[in-house]
Amino acid sequence: MPPVIIGAGPAGVRAVQTLVAHGQRPVLIDEALRAGGQIYRQAPPGFLRGRRALYGFEAGRAEALHRTMDRLRTQVDYWRGTLVWSVHGDTVHLLREGRTAQVRHAGLIVATGATDRVLPFLGWTLPGVYTLGAAQVALKFQGCAIGARVVLAGTGPLLYLVAHQYVRAGAQVAAVLDSASRADQIAALPALLRAPAVLAKGLCYRASLLARGVKVHQGARLVRAEADAAGQCVAALHWRDADGEHRIDCDAIGFGYALRSETQLADLLGCEFKFDPLQRAHLPVRDSTGRTSVRGIYLAGDGAAVRGADAAELAGELAALALLADRGVSVDRERIEALERLLAAQTRLREGLERAFPFPEDWAALAPDDLVLCRCEEITVGQLRQAARETGADELNRAKALCRVGMGRCQGRYCGAAAAEVLAHAVGVPVSQVGRIRSQAPIKPVPFAMASIAAEEASP
Amino acid sequence: MTEGLVTEVAIIGGGIVGACAALELRGMGLRVVLLERDRCGSRSSGVNFGGVRRQGRALALLPLAQRSHQLWGSLRERIGSDGEYLRSGHLKIARSDADMASLEAYRERSRDFDLGLQMLGREALRQRCPWLGDAAVGGSLCPDDGHANPRLVSPAIARAAQAAGAEVREQSPVVEFGHDGQHFHLRCSTGLTVRSTHLLNCAGAWSGAIAAAFGEPVPLTGEHPAMLVTEPLPRFMDLSLGVEGGGIYGRQAPRGNCVLGGGRGFGIDPLRARSTPEVLMLAMRQAIELLPPLRHAQIIRSWSGTEGYLPDHLPVIGPSGTTPGLLHGFGFCGEGFQTGHGVGAVLAELVRDGVSSTPIAPFSITRYASPPIASETRGDFAHP
Repeated sequence: MPPVIIGAGPAGVRAVQTLVAHGQRPVLIDEALRAGGQIYRQAPPGFLRGRRALYGFEAGRAEALHRTMDRLRTQVDYWRGTLVWSVHGDTVHLLREGRTAQVRHAGLIVATGATDRVLPFLGWTLPGVYTLGAAQVALKFQGCAIGARVVLAGTGPLLYLVAHQYVRAGAQVAAVLDSASRADQIAALPALLRAPAVLAKGLCYRASLLARGVKVHQGARLVRAEADAAGQCVAALHWRDADGEHRIDCDAIGFGYALRSETQLADLLGCEFKFDPLQRAHLPVRDSTGRTSVRGIYLAGDGAAVRGADAAELAGELAALALLADRGVSVDRERIEALERLLAAQTRLREGLERAFPFPEDWAALAPDDLVLCRCEEITVGQLRQAARETGADELNRAKALCRVGMGRCQGRYCGAAAAEVLAHAVGVPVSQVGRIRSQAPIKPVPFAMASIAAEEASP
Repeated sequence: MTEGLVTEVAIIGGGIVGACAALELRGMGLRVVLLERDRCGSRSSGVNFGGVRRQGRALALLPLAQRSHQLWGSLRERIGSDGEYLRSGHLKIARSDADMASLEAYRERSRDFDLGLQMLGREALRQRCPWLGDAAVGGSLCPDDGHANPRLVSPAIARAAQAAGAEVREQSPVVEFGHDGQHFHLRCSTGLTVRSTHLLNCAGAWSGAIAAAFGEPVPLTGEHPAMLVTEPLPRFMDLSLGVEGGGIYGRQAPRGNCVLGGGRGFGIDPLRARSTPEVLMLAMRQAIELLPPLRHAQIIRSWSGTEGYLPDHLPVIGPSGTTPGLLHGFGFCGEGFQTGHGVGAVLAELVRDGVSSTPIAPFSITRYASPPIASETRGDFAHP
């Protein structure tokens, strides 16, 4: 049985490369049709924007990763456009073009990445409101902006990166609204000075926004999106800062508050989880190489803990070396130690970034009762608070059972983080104490019809 | 300082049986302490399929099922919530003439119980349920059976018992049991101690250890019925469904999600269970044969729970054979959601009067005191 890697982003591709270099023929499974993950997502064939335009400073890294994958194509069994809908024991269950298949693994590296951490605001379900990640996908994958006059909001490095990419692509960015205060960013400077390249990139993004006259507001709290007269699309965003409430015209909003790891597969695989205060989330426990509590299961990249693309490349290689070592293949111990050191530095850098773009701790307290929290089931903040108050629900799965929050199509992938914040605030405990929504198969919706079509022979 | 409670009745297990017993006992004015290891209604009582049916039950269980049926009818008055309970009707589907004959025979056997069963032939079934696939050739309809939402109903019963004055302690696993000839002495891992004159063993799939602690082991095994649910769909399935001879079962919740069950999942650890991909695929295949409208629907979640099963497919209800004051109510073989209400009422009567007004002799634990008597066993996929 081969080693299997789930996810063809920076972590997954470097894991494949490492396994191939050690004489293995791994299986790589990815939902996208082309490798690169979200960060280095490739445009469909025939799209003409160059790498420089698509990836900016990261063009070199993106190109290197894509080239690596192109070179490895004949040495890996690559399942493209394939969803892993469940894992059970050593069997990975796949869905591709409506047909199921199974692959058995001898060692599994899960590199499933992250999605935006969503903290809703009134009107966030209006057409025209996107996550920052989605705003970036529109630009990278489809070569279009989410609107003609865009407000980008939330916090985190991605906020400035997307803003920079939008202005460079010629889109009109009406404003950048950062929930972090200037004081947060000044306080983070000493930590960020240890990574001058990252700091320089951040400053450059800010400078490019300034040069194009894009206003950046710090300490901003989103109040509500206003719909147009027909109620069909967002027309303005109301927000607040120390100076009072403001209104800005726009026809699209991109927002997000850093990222959250996609951990469902690790959960289905039985990996032990622990609350990580820095990421404000329950994450799979792993050692410095990515070994989990379950033998033969490894995690790498943002799906294990959000540390960014550069760290993901290191973690992918490291997890592959750990897998190889555990299978008795001779590996370079010095390389492992070097990677561990590099990764530790990336982790320290992440601490600085979390300081510069802190989680807006007042979000749950400020969230109004009529705010839709779970968009699949249309459950409001008030309904979750009521469940906590009237039934004593003080744990997330219990609250889900009693008021349906997180019970819809996304199974809490998008609302879970915000629901945990609201519940913790309502009960008066730290967010670490309300648990996490248990993962169940399928990790994304799958059609009944897939069961009636003969399974594919297990070949990509 | 450790807390000590003295009470007339201690109940282990905050599932539907224990909570219903607590509610009934409070109605009789007795003092009750309900001890739940996790959260009330968080195990099988809260994660089961949600079938509320009498049709298809073993004849011995029908008096209890009828009593439960009355109690379900007053659910809102009893627990302050309707728990999405609907008397939608329950259709047991025949896929062959032999199935049909078997359904006819059941109607004959159960004639004394006034279930109002209506046999539907192929044509009548097509007219009544145009959404059923060709695999269904007939069926037996019980118009007053239905379904409810277990994750709402079961916790609400415990809350109602608490509101009625029961001392409900969640996250209080009982780690020591004893009886000194007069009183039960319990100790929880939290340090809480309870002394009582009566003890109700309502710990579901985990009741076997308690029975064994009092010298009457039972061959109780835990099994894990596998469930799945679709995204919300336009309403089409206006009946709760089962299949004669086993297979899948299904219902459509008021929100539009179709809940389906079939096959067995697996235990992750002693407390948690999950469906397997293979079982899900099998249930999905069976579902689209029986319910073609589901073909292009999507599944958004699967799950399982742990239900206690006994070899003769009947529960254990009634007094201990070894210890005065000990009463059992467990081993419902996946059928406890409907009958649990009646069982709670019977247990409360047994505490107060020493006798049950509903016949429970077939369910005595003493049937396991001597070598078990062979009896009719049912299919592996008998549904709730």
